[in-house]
Amino acid sequence: MRHLLDFQGWTKQEVESLLDTAKVMREVLERPIKKVPALQGFAVATVFFEPSTRTRTSFELAARRMSADVVSFAAQTSSLQKGESYKDTLLTLEAMGVDAYVIRADAAGVPHQAARWVKGVVINGGDGQRAHPTQALLDAYTLLEALGSLEGRKIAIVGDILHSRVARSNAELLPLLGAEVFCAGPPSLLPQSLPGARLTPNLEEALEGADAVMVLRLQRERMEGGLIHLEDYIARYQVTEKRLARAKPTAPLLHPGPMNRDVELAGTLADSSRSLITQQVQNGVAVRMAVLYHLLVGRER
Amino acid sequence: MRFKAELLNAEEMRRALYRIAHEIVEANKGVEGLALVGIHTRGIPLARRLARFIGEFEGKEVPVGLLDITLYRDDLSEIGHRPQVRETRIPFDLTGKAIVLVDDVLYTGRTVRAALDALMDLGRPRRIYLAVLVDRGHRELPIRADFVGKNVPTARSEVVKVKVAEVDGEDRVELWEKEAP
Repeated sequence: MRHLLDFQGWTKQEVESLLDTAKVMREVLERPIKKVPALQGFAVATVFFEPSTRTRTSFELAARRMSADVVSFAAQTSSLQKGESYKDTLLTLEAMGVDAYVIRADAAGVPHQAARWVKGVVINGGDGQRAHPTQALLDAYTLLEALGSLEGRKIAIVGDILHSRVARSNAELLPLLGAEVFCAGPPSLLPQSLPGARLTPNLEEALEGADAVMVLRLQRERMEGGLIHLEDYIARYQVTEKRLARAKPTAPLLHPGPMNRDVELAGTLADSSRSLITQQVQNGVAVRMAVLYHLLVGRER
Repeated sequence: MRFKAELLNAEEMRRALYRIAHEIVEANKGVEGLALVGIHTRGIPLARRLARFIGEFEGKEVPVGLLDITLYRDDLSEIGHRPQVRETRIPFDLTGKAIVLVDDVLYTGRTVRAALDALMDLGRPRRIYLAVLVDRGHRELPIRADFVGKNVPTARSEVVKVKVAEVDGEDRVELWEKEAP
Protein backbone atom coordinates (compact mmCIF):
# COMPACT_ATOMS: atom_id res chain seq x y z
CA MET A 1 0.00 0.00 0.00
CA ARG A 2 1.41 3.33 -1.06
CA HIS A 3 -1.23 5.65 0.43
CA LEU A 4 -4.18 5.15 2.76
CA LEU A 5 -7.15 6.75 1.03
CA ASP A 6 -9.89 4.15 1.56
CA PHE A 7 -10.08 0.34 1.60
CA GLN A 8 -10.55 -0.31 -2.10
CA GLY A 9 -8.23 -3.10 -3.16
CA TRP A 10 -7.31 -4.08 0.41
CA THR A 11 -7.15 -7.72 1.40
CA LYS A 12 -8.07 -9.29 4.73
CA GLN A 13 -4.41 -10.23 5.16
CA GLU A 14 -3.26 -6.60 4.75
CA VAL A 15 -5.80 -5.40 7.31
CA GLU A 16 -4.79 -8.11 9.78
CA SER A 17 -1.10 -7.35 9.31
CA LEU A 18 -1.71 -3.66 10.05
CA LEU A 19 -3.85 -4.46 13.10
CA ASP A 20 -1.14 -6.86 14.36
CA THR A 21 1.33 -3.99 14.17
CA ALA A 22 -1.16 -1.79 16.05
CA LYS A 23 -1.15 -4.38 18.84
CA VAL A 24 2.61 -3.94 19.21
CA MET A 25 2.20 -0.16 19.15
CA ARG A 26 -0.41 -0.44 21.91
CA GLU A 27 2.24 -2.10 24.06
CA VAL A 28 4.68 0.73 23.27
CA LEU A 29 2.07 3.18 24.59
CA GLU A 30 1.93 1.30 27.89
CA ARG A 31 5.69 1.61 28.49
CA PRO A 32 7.23 4.14 30.91
CA ILE A 33 8.92 5.76 27.89
CA LYS A 34 6.21 5.78 25.23
CA LYS A 35 8.50 6.42 22.31
CA VAL A 36 10.46 4.41 19.75
CA PRO A 37 12.96 5.64 17.13
CA ALA A 38 11.34 3.87 14.16
CA LEU A 39 10.49 7.01 12.14
CA GLN A 40 13.54 9.06 13.05
CA GLY A 41 14.38 11.30 10.10
CA PHE A 42 10.86 11.29 8.62
CA ALA A 43 8.64 14.38 8.58
CA VAL A 44 4.86 14.08 8.85
CA ALA A 45 2.53 17.00 8.10
CA THR A 46 -1.03 17.17 9.35
CA VAL A 47 -2.79 19.24 6.70
CA PHE A 48 -6.27 20.03 7.96
CA PHE A 49 -8.47 22.03 5.62
CA GLU A 50 -11.33 21.34 8.05
CA PRO A 51 -11.13 21.79 11.84
CA SER A 52 -10.51 18.73 13.97
CA THR A 53 -9.11 18.16 17.40
CA ARG A 54 -9.02 14.45 18.07
CA THR A 55 -7.90 13.16 14.67
CA ARG A 56 -5.16 15.76 14.38
CA THR A 57 -3.92 15.26 17.95
CA SER A 58 -4.05 11.49 17.56
CA PHE A 59 -1.97 11.56 14.34
CA GLU A 60 0.52 14.07 15.75
CA LEU A 61 1.00 12.05 18.89
CA ALA A 62 1.34 8.86 16.83
CA ALA A 63 4.03 10.45 14.65
CA ARG A 64 5.88 11.85 17.68
CA ARG A 65 5.73 8.52 19.53
CA MET A 66 7.58 7.09 16.51
CA SER A 67 10.16 9.94 16.63
CA ALA A 68 9.06 11.59 13.36
CA ASP A 69 9.18 15.37 13.01
CA VAL A 70 5.69 16.84 12.85
CA VAL A 71 4.47 19.89 10.99
CA SER A 72 1.00 21.10 11.78
CA PHE A 73 -0.86 22.98 9.07
CA ALA A 74 -4.25 24.58 9.70
CA ALA A 75 -6.11 26.14 6.80
CA GLN A 76 -7.54 28.93 8.95
CA THR A 77 -4.11 30.40 9.64
CA SER A 78 -2.41 29.54 6.35
CA SER A 79 -1.58 31.02 2.96
CA LEU A 80 -4.84 29.49 1.72
CA GLN A 81 -6.39 32.62 3.21
CA LYS A 82 -4.23 34.63 0.78
CA GLY A 83 -5.51 32.67 -2.18
CA GLU A 84 -2.93 29.89 -2.42
CA SER A 85 -4.30 26.65 -3.91
CA TYR A 86 -4.38 23.28 -2.13
CA LYS A 87 -1.89 21.99 -4.69
CA ASP A 88 0.64 24.79 -4.15
CA THR A 89 0.28 24.46 -0.39
CA LEU A 90 1.14 20.75 -0.58
CA LEU A 91 4.00 21.26 -3.02
CA THR A 92 5.45 23.90 -0.69
CA LEU A 93 5.39 21.42 2.17
CA GLU A 94 6.98 18.79 -0.08
CA ALA A 95 9.78 21.17 -1.00
CA MET A 96 10.49 21.49 2.72
CA GLY A 97 11.02 17.73 2.94
CA VAL A 98 7.71 16.37 4.20
CA ASP A 99 7.43 12.58 3.75
CA ALA A 100 3.79 12.00 4.74
CA TYR A 101 0.65 14.12 4.63
CA VAL A 102 -2.37 13.47 6.78
CA ILE A 103 -5.13 15.30 4.95
CA ARG A 104 -8.54 16.25 6.33
CA ALA A 105 -10.93 18.09 4.02
CA ASP A 106 -14.62 18.88 3.93
CA ALA A 107 -14.71 18.01 0.22
CA ALA A 108 -14.62 14.35 -0.83
CA GLY A 109 -11.65 13.34 -2.96
CA VAL A 110 -9.10 15.92 -1.77
CA PRO A 111 -6.68 13.26 -0.39
CA HIS A 112 -7.03 11.26 -3.63
CA GLN A 113 -6.16 14.35 -5.64
CA ALA A 114 -3.30 15.17 -3.29
CA ALA A 115 -1.86 11.68 -3.84
CA ARG A 116 -1.48 12.59 -7.52
CA TRP A 117 0.33 15.85 -6.70
CA VAL A 118 2.92 14.84 -4.10
CA LYS A 119 5.65 12.22 -4.08
CA GLY A 120 5.16 11.50 -0.38
CA VAL A 121 2.63 9.30 1.33
CA VAL A 122 -0.95 10.54 1.69
CA ILE A 123 -3.21 9.43 4.52
CA ASN A 124 -6.87 10.29 4.41
CA GLY A 125 -7.73 11.93 7.74
CA GLY A 126 -11.38 12.22 6.67
CA ASP A 127 -12.71 13.65 3.42
CA GLY A 128 -16.24 15.01 3.22
CA GLN A 129 -18.79 12.25 3.55
CA ARG A 130 -16.60 9.80 1.67
CA ALA A 131 -14.11 8.06 3.94
CA HIS A 132 -12.33 8.10 7.30
CA PRO A 133 -10.20 4.99 7.05
CA THR A 134 -8.12 5.38 10.23
CA GLN A 135 -11.31 5.79 12.28
CA ALA A 136 -12.61 2.53 10.80
CA LEU A 137 -9.29 0.82 11.53
CA LEU A 138 -9.35 1.92 15.16
CA ASP A 139 -13.00 0.83 15.40
CA ALA A 140 -12.08 -2.59 13.98
CA TYR A 141 -9.13 -2.87 16.37
CA THR A 142 -11.34 -1.97 19.35
CA LEU A 143 -14.02 -4.45 18.23
CA LEU A 144 -11.41 -7.19 17.85
CA GLU A 145 -10.12 -6.48 21.35
CA ALA A 146 -13.66 -6.79 22.71
CA LEU A 147 -14.98 -9.67 20.59
CA GLY A 148 -11.86 -11.67 19.71
CA SER A 149 -12.95 -12.21 16.11
CA LEU A 150 -15.34 -10.42 13.76
CA GLU A 151 -16.15 -13.53 11.72
CA GLY A 152 -19.94 -13.84 11.51
CA ARG A 153 -20.49 -10.95 13.96
CA LYS A 154 -23.35 -8.54 13.51
CA ILE A 155 -22.31 -4.92 13.94
CA ALA A 156 -25.06 -2.29 14.12
CA ILE A 157 -24.26 1.29 13.14
CA VAL A 158 -26.89 3.78 14.23
CA GLY A 159 -27.45 7.41 13.30
CA ASP A 160 -26.87 9.72 10.36
CA ILE A 161 -25.61 7.15 7.87
CA LEU A 162 -26.14 9.37 4.83
CA HIS A 163 -23.56 11.97 5.83
CA SER A 164 -21.18 9.69 7.71
CA ARG A 165 -17.70 8.96 6.39
CA VAL A 166 -17.22 6.78 9.48
CA ALA A 167 -20.17 4.55 8.50
CA ARG A 168 -18.89 4.34 4.90
CA SER A 169 -15.38 3.32 5.90
CA ASN A 170 -16.66 0.83 8.45
CA ALA A 171 -19.01 -0.68 5.85
CA GLU A 172 -15.94 -1.14 3.61
CA LEU A 173 -13.62 -2.49 6.28
CA LEU A 174 -15.65 -4.64 8.69
CA PRO A 175 -16.95 -7.10 6.04
CA LEU A 176 -13.30 -7.70 5.04
CA LEU A 177 -12.87 -9.11 8.55
CA GLY A 178 -15.98 -11.27 8.25
CA ALA A 179 -18.54 -9.01 9.99
CA GLU A 180 -22.07 -8.22 8.83
CA VAL A 181 -22.84 -4.50 9.02
CA PHE A 182 -26.38 -3.22 9.65
CA CYS A 183 -26.91 0.53 9.37
CA ALA A 184 -30.02 2.07 10.91
CA GLY A 185 -31.24 5.65 10.89
CA PRO A 186 -34.18 7.87 9.96
CA PRO A 187 -35.17 7.49 6.29
CA SER A 188 -34.05 11.05 5.60
CA LEU A 189 -30.57 10.15 6.86
CA LEU A 190 -30.16 6.85 5.00
CA PRO A 191 -28.44 6.66 1.60
CA GLN A 192 -30.04 4.78 -1.31
CA SER A 193 -27.44 2.10 -0.92
CA LEU A 194 -24.19 1.51 0.92
CA PRO A 195 -21.85 -1.21 -0.37
CA GLY A 196 -20.96 -3.63 2.41
CA ALA A 197 -23.92 -2.80 4.64
CA ARG A 198 -27.61 -3.57 5.04
CA LEU A 199 -29.68 -0.44 5.50
CA THR A 200 -32.83 -0.16 7.55
CA PRO A 201 -34.95 2.62 9.05
CA ASN A 202 -35.93 0.12 11.73
CA LEU A 203 -33.59 0.56 14.69
CA GLU A 204 -34.89 -2.52 16.45
CA GLU A 205 -34.08 -4.71 13.44
CA ALA A 206 -30.49 -3.47 13.39
CA LEU A 207 -30.04 -3.94 17.13
CA GLU A 208 -31.62 -7.40 17.30
CA GLY A 209 -28.90 -9.84 18.32
CA ALA A 210 -26.11 -7.35 17.48
CA ASP A 211 -22.64 -8.27 18.75
CA ALA A 212 -21.65 -4.59 18.95
CA VAL A 213 -23.34 -1.23 18.46
CA MET A 214 -21.70 1.83 16.99
CA VAL A 215 -23.51 5.13 17.53
CA LEU A 216 -22.82 8.10 15.26
CA ARG A 217 -22.96 11.78 16.15
CA LEU A 218 -26.05 13.66 15.13
CA GLN A 219 -24.83 16.83 13.48
CA ARG A 220 -26.53 20.11 14.25
CA GLU A 221 -26.50 21.22 10.60
CA ARG A 222 -28.71 18.26 9.65
CA MET A 223 -31.35 19.51 12.05
CA GLU A 224 -31.00 23.06 10.81
CA GLY A 225 -31.30 21.77 7.25
CA GLY A 226 -34.70 20.34 8.17
CA LEU A 227 -33.75 16.70 7.54
CA ILE A 228 -34.84 15.72 11.04
CA HIS A 229 -36.32 17.09 14.23
CA LEU A 230 -34.30 16.61 17.35
CA GLU A 231 -37.23 15.45 19.49
CA ASP A 232 -38.30 12.95 16.83
CA TYR A 233 -34.78 11.61 16.54
CA ILE A 234 -34.37 11.20 20.28
CA ALA A 235 -37.77 9.53 20.55
CA ARG A 236 -37.14 7.04 17.75
CA TYR A 237 -33.40 6.56 17.36
CA GLN A 238 -31.57 7.41 20.56
CA VAL A 239 -29.75 4.29 21.79
CA THR A 240 -31.17 3.74 25.26
CA GLU A 241 -30.80 0.90 27.75
CA LYS A 242 -34.23 -0.42 26.77
CA ARG A 243 -33.40 -0.46 23.08
CA LEU A 244 -29.92 -1.85 23.63
CA ALA A 245 -31.54 -4.82 25.40
CA ARG A 246 -32.25 -6.22 21.92
CA ALA A 247 -28.51 -6.58 21.28
CA LYS A 248 -26.41 -9.34 22.83
CA PRO A 249 -26.20 -8.81 26.62
CA THR A 250 -22.48 -8.05 26.47
CA ALA A 251 -22.50 -6.12 23.18
CA PRO A 252 -20.05 -3.23 23.50
CA LEU A 253 -20.91 0.33 22.54
CA LEU A 254 -18.72 2.49 20.31
CA HIS A 255 -18.91 6.14 19.29
CA PRO A 256 -16.38 7.96 17.10
CA GLY A 257 -16.88 11.21 19.01
CA PRO A 258 -17.43 13.96 19.66
CA MET A 259 -20.58 12.79 21.37
CA ASN A 260 -23.86 14.63 21.94
CA ARG A 261 -24.74 13.18 25.31
CA ASP A 262 -28.40 12.21 25.62
CA VAL A 263 -29.04 12.94 21.96
CA GLU A 264 -27.81 9.95 19.93
CA LEU A 265 -26.78 7.96 22.99
CA ALA A 266 -28.14 7.90 26.55
CA GLY A 267 -25.54 9.46 28.85
CA THR A 268 -25.79 6.57 31.31
CA LEU A 269 -24.78 4.15 28.56
CA ALA A 270 -21.88 6.34 27.49
CA ASP A 271 -20.54 6.05 31.04
CA SER A 272 -21.37 2.36 31.45
CA SER A 273 -18.91 -0.53 31.45
CA ARG A 274 -20.14 -1.47 27.96
CA SER A 275 -18.86 1.78 26.52
CA LEU A 276 -15.54 1.48 24.65
CA ILE A 277 -15.39 5.16 23.74
CA THR A 278 -12.22 5.87 25.75
CA GLN A 279 -10.55 2.70 24.44
CA GLN A 280 -11.33 3.86 20.89
CA VAL A 281 -9.44 7.09 21.53
CA GLN A 282 -6.49 5.23 23.08
CA ASN A 283 -6.40 2.69 20.28
CA GLY A 284 -6.53 5.51 17.74
CA VAL A 285 -2.95 6.53 18.53
CA ALA A 286 -1.69 2.92 18.27
CA VAL A 287 -3.52 2.33 14.99
CA ARG A 288 -2.16 5.55 13.49
CA MET A 289 1.36 4.58 14.59
CA ALA A 290 0.86 1.30 12.72
CA VAL A 291 -0.41 3.13 9.63
CA LEU A 292 2.61 5.46 9.60
CA TYR A 293 4.95 2.51 10.11
CA HIS A 294 3.36 0.50 7.28
CA LEU A 295 3.38 3.43 4.86
CA LEU A 296 6.74 5.01 5.60
CA VAL A 297 9.14 2.21 6.53
CA GLY A 298 10.63 0.48 3.56
CA ARG A 299 9.30 2.82 0.88
CA GLU A 300 11.62 4.37 -1.66
CA ARG A 301 12.60 7.90 -0.66
CA MET B 1 23.27 -21.12 -0.94
CA ARG B 2 25.60 -24.08 -0.55
CA PHE B 3 25.80 -26.16 2.62
CA LYS B 4 29.35 -26.22 4.04
CA ALA B 5 29.38 -27.76 7.49
CA GLU B 6 27.54 -28.63 10.63
CA LEU B 7 28.85 -26.44 13.43
CA LEU B 8 26.82 -27.93 16.29
CA ASN B 9 24.52 -30.93 16.52
CA ALA B 10 21.61 -31.20 18.96
CA GLU B 11 23.69 -32.68 21.78
CA GLU B 12 26.50 -30.13 21.32
CA MET B 13 23.91 -27.34 21.38
CA ARG B 14 22.45 -28.71 24.61
CA ARG B 15 25.89 -28.92 26.21
CA ALA B 16 26.79 -25.39 25.10
CA LEU B 17 23.59 -23.98 26.58
CA TYR B 18 24.05 -26.00 29.78
CA ARG B 19 27.55 -24.56 30.17
CA ILE B 20 26.31 -21.01 29.51
CA ALA B 21 23.60 -21.50 32.15
CA HIS B 22 26.29 -22.42 34.70
CA GLU B 23 28.46 -19.46 33.68
CA ILE B 24 25.53 -17.08 34.09
CA VAL B 25 24.84 -18.27 37.65
CA GLU B 26 28.55 -18.08 38.48
CA ALA B 27 28.93 -14.55 37.08
CA ASN B 28 25.82 -13.37 38.91
CA LYS B 29 26.78 -15.28 42.09
CA GLY B 30 23.42 -17.01 42.11
CA VAL B 31 20.05 -16.16 40.68
CA GLU B 32 19.15 -13.21 42.92
CA GLY B 33 17.79 -10.38 40.75
CA LEU B 34 18.51 -12.38 37.58
CA ALA B 35 16.24 -12.36 34.51
CA LEU B 36 16.63 -13.46 30.90
CA VAL B 37 15.43 -11.60 27.81
CA GLY B 38 15.35 -13.40 24.47
CA ILE B 39 15.57 -11.47 21.21
CA HIS B 40 13.07 -12.48 18.51
CA THR B 41 13.03 -15.01 16.94
CA ARG B 42 15.42 -17.73 18.04
CA GLY B 43 16.77 -15.89 21.07
CA ILE B 44 13.45 -16.53 22.80
CA PRO B 45 13.51 -20.36 22.87
CA LEU B 46 17.22 -20.23 23.76
CA ALA B 47 16.46 -17.90 26.71
CA ARG B 48 13.68 -20.25 27.84
CA ARG B 49 16.04 -23.23 27.74
CA LEU B 50 18.71 -21.37 29.69
CA ALA B 51 16.08 -20.44 32.29
CA ARG B 52 15.01 -24.09 32.49
CA PHE B 53 18.60 -25.29 33.05
CA ILE B 54 19.20 -22.63 35.69
CA GLY B 55 15.92 -23.57 37.37
CA GLU B 56 16.96 -27.24 37.40
CA PHE B 57 20.29 -26.78 39.13
CA GLU B 58 19.47 -23.78 41.31
CA GLY B 59 15.93 -24.79 42.24
CA LYS B 60 14.63 -21.30 41.55
CA GLU B 61 12.63 -19.98 38.63
CA VAL B 62 14.26 -17.26 36.55
CA PRO B 63 11.84 -14.97 34.68
CA VAL B 64 12.06 -14.72 30.88
CA GLY B 65 11.05 -11.77 28.70
CA LEU B 66 10.56 -11.40 24.94
CA LEU B 67 12.13 -8.53 23.03
CA ASP B 68 11.56 -7.37 19.47
CA ILE B 69 14.11 -4.86 18.24
CA THR B 70 12.51 -3.94 14.89
CA LEU B 71 11.40 -0.45 15.95
CA TYR B 72 14.97 0.25 17.15
CA ARG B 73 16.86 -0.86 14.03
CA ASP B 74 19.29 1.74 12.75
CA ASP B 75 18.51 0.97 9.10
CA LEU B 76 14.71 1.31 9.20
CA SER B 77 14.66 4.52 7.18
CA GLU B 78 16.87 3.00 4.47
CA ILE B 79 15.75 -0.58 3.97
CA GLY B 80 13.78 -1.60 0.92
CA HIS B 81 11.17 -3.68 2.74
CA ARG B 82 9.08 -3.30 5.85
CA PRO B 83 10.05 -5.76 8.57
CA GLN B 84 7.27 -7.30 10.61
CA VAL B 85 7.03 -5.91 14.13
CA ARG B 86 6.55 -8.55 16.78
CA GLU B 87 5.57 -8.70 20.40
CA THR B 88 7.73 -7.36 23.21
CA ARG B 89 6.68 -8.75 26.59
CA ILE B 90 8.74 -8.21 29.72
CA PRO B 91 6.62 -9.60 32.56
CA PHE B 92 8.87 -8.20 35.30
CA ASP B 93 10.35 -4.87 36.33
CA LEU B 94 13.76 -4.47 34.67
CA THR B 95 14.92 -1.81 37.09
CA GLY B 96 17.66 -3.05 39.41
CA LYS B 97 17.82 -6.49 37.76
CA ALA B 98 20.78 -8.28 36.16
CA ILE B 99 19.52 -9.00 32.66
CA VAL B 100 20.96 -11.63 30.35
CA LEU B 101 20.15 -10.69 26.78
CA VAL B 102 20.01 -13.86 24.68
CA ASP B 103 20.39 -14.21 20.92
CA ASP B 104 21.32 -17.03 18.57
CA VAL B 105 24.14 -15.41 16.54
CA LEU B 106 26.37 -12.41 17.27
CA TYR B 107 27.55 -10.82 14.02
CA THR B 108 27.83 -7.05 13.40
CA GLY B 109 26.53 -6.10 16.85
CA ARG B 110 23.76 -3.89 15.46
CA THR B 111 20.96 -6.11 16.75
CA VAL B 112 22.48 -6.01 20.23
CA ARG B 113 22.82 -2.21 20.08
CA ALA B 114 19.13 -1.97 19.17
CA ALA B 115 18.25 -4.39 21.97
CA LEU B 116 20.20 -2.32 24.50
CA ASP B 117 18.32 0.83 23.42
CA ALA B 118 15.01 -1.00 23.71
CA LEU B 119 15.84 -2.37 27.16
CA MET B 120 16.88 1.06 28.43
CA ASP B 121 13.49 2.42 27.35
CA LEU B 122 11.75 -0.27 29.32
CA GLY B 123 13.57 0.22 32.61
CA ARG B 124 16.98 0.64 34.20
CA PRO B 125 18.66 -2.73 34.75
CA ARG B 126 21.52 -2.98 37.27
CA ARG B 127 23.61 -4.60 34.53
CA ILE B 128 23.15 -6.32 31.21
CA TYR B 129 25.00 -9.44 30.10
CA LEU B 130 24.98 -10.82 26.58
CA ALA B 131 24.70 -14.55 25.86
CA VAL B 132 24.88 -15.96 22.32
CA LEU B 133 24.97 -19.47 20.97
CA VAL B 134 27.40 -18.58 18.15
CA ASP B 135 29.80 -15.64 17.81
CA ARG B 136 30.80 -15.42 14.14
CA GLY B 137 32.86 -12.20 14.32
CA HIS B 138 32.74 -9.19 11.94
CA ARG B 139 31.68 -6.65 14.55
CA GLU B 140 30.80 -3.15 13.33
CA LEU B 141 30.26 -1.81 16.85
CA PRO B 142 32.29 -2.17 20.06
CA ILE B 143 30.12 -4.97 21.47
CA ARG B 144 31.20 -8.33 22.88
CA ALA B 145 29.35 -11.27 24.37
CA ASP B 146 29.79 -12.31 28.02
CA PHE B 147 28.75 -15.92 27.34
CA VAL B 148 29.37 -17.72 24.04
CA GLY B 149 28.36 -21.25 23.06
CA LYS B 150 30.83 -21.48 20.17
CA ASN B 151 33.19 -19.02 18.51
CA VAL B 152 33.22 -19.58 14.74
CA PRO B 153 35.56 -17.52 12.55
CA THR B 154 33.57 -16.95 9.36
CA ALA B 155 33.84 -15.11 6.06
CA ARG B 156 31.25 -12.44 5.23
CA SER B 157 30.18 -14.61 2.31
CA GLU B 158 29.10 -17.29 4.77
CA VAL B 159 25.83 -17.63 6.64
CA VAL B 160 25.33 -19.20 10.06
CA LYS B 161 21.93 -20.84 10.43
CA VAL B 162 20.75 -21.71 13.93
CA LYS B 163 17.84 -24.13 14.00
CA VAL B 164 15.88 -24.69 17.19
CA ALA B 165 13.27 -27.38 17.73
CA GLU B 166 10.62 -24.85 18.89
CA VAL B 167 10.79 -22.94 15.58
CA ASP B 168 12.47 -25.21 13.04
CA GLY B 169 11.64 -28.70 14.32
CA GLU B 170 15.28 -29.60 15.05
CA ASP B 171 18.32 -28.41 17.00
CA ARG B 172 21.32 -27.82 14.76
CA VAL B 173 23.75 -25.06 13.75
CA GLU B 174 24.91 -24.99 10.12
CA LEU B 175 27.39 -23.03 8.04
CA TRP B 176 26.36 -22.11 4.49
CA GLU B 177 28.11 -20.32 1.65
CA LYS B 178 26.25 -17.62 -0.30
CA GLU B 179 26.30 -18.24 -4.04
CA ALA B 180 28.45 -15.77 -5.96
CA PRO B 181 26.20 -13.23 -7.75
